[in-house]
Amino acid sequence: MMKRAFAVLAVALMALVFMGVIGDYVELQALRPLARHYVTEVPAQLGAPNVVTGILISWRGFDTLGEVAVLFMVAASIGLLLKKDSAGGAAAGGRDARPPAGEIVTTGAMVLLPLIFTFGAYVIVNGHLSAGGGFQGGAIVASGVMLMLVASPSATLNTALLGVIESAAGVLYVCLGVLGLVLAGGFLDPRFLPKGQFGAFISAGAIPLISALLGVKVGAELSVIIDRFRS
Amino acid sequence: MLELLILVVCAGILLSGVLAVCLNNLMAAMVSSSLASLFAAVSFLLLAAPDVAMAEAAIGCGLSTFVFIYAIRKTGAGGVE
Repeated sequence: MMKRAFAVLAVALMALVFMGVIGDYVELQALRPLARHYVTEVPAQLGAPNVVTGILISWRGFDTLGEVAVLFMVAASIGLLLKKDSAGGAAAGGRDARPPAGEIVTTGAMVLLPLIFTFGAYVIVNGHLSAGGGFQGGAIVASGVMLMLVASPSATLNTALLGVIESAAGVLYVCLGVLGLVLAGGFLDPRFLPKGQFGAFISAGAIPLISALLGVKVGAELSVIIDRFRS
Repeated sequence: MLELLILVVCAGILLSGVLAVCLNNLMAAMVSSSLASLFAAVSFLLLAAPDVAMAEAAIGCGLSTFVFIYAIRKTGAGGVE
């Protein structure tokens, strides 16, 4: 009874806070000054039509590097925690004992996989032009890997190779950042490559390069995490 | 029209969230919380944030559900508690 009263009280307080936040909401008629600054400066300075990816990869590039480092740490610690478990499962014949996926899943995976991987690659390399970018594209590729693993339970993923690819992408990412520090305004400044024609595929300095490296890194990391959980 | 659509999607988020908490079957609860993520992704798309919507759909709805389902299966608690 006491517990329930506390729960109701907590919900009521939450509702009060929420009312305060949304009570005096009015729809904005114009952009806030900071947003207006970004919307005008990203196309002008970086040459990227997609403002979000432009901010994420250049001005907030250090933050993105931190996010990827967190993902790397998650993948490493999951590998550490689940390693012994998977060895025990393999010893008990875990991999071969898994039942095969149903026909619907297998056929659906065969139809969908090429589409998912193509869409992921498109989102990664078109990050500076349309919605998306390295992080989102990498997650889409990893969800394709997930479907692949669900459709063929006995398949194994070459996690060692994925680890090497992921580390190489990370090293190259930091190298591009240092290049920006040396040749342009600061760490992860993408303007050391020519800006190119606005809206063209090869444009916006080093943003597509950084985006592609990010996509490879995130995709490989998430795939390794999925494989660890599966085994 | 857009406001109505957003309200419907928000009702979907709330409904599937409550279902995820209330359902006894862990697998069904997981599917329900994945549905909440999917509704959230749709609402982000309606609110003109396609970048966030993509990340939410791929990670929140796809990958985290996968990880949870494998965890449920590994701990052998797939059925009714």
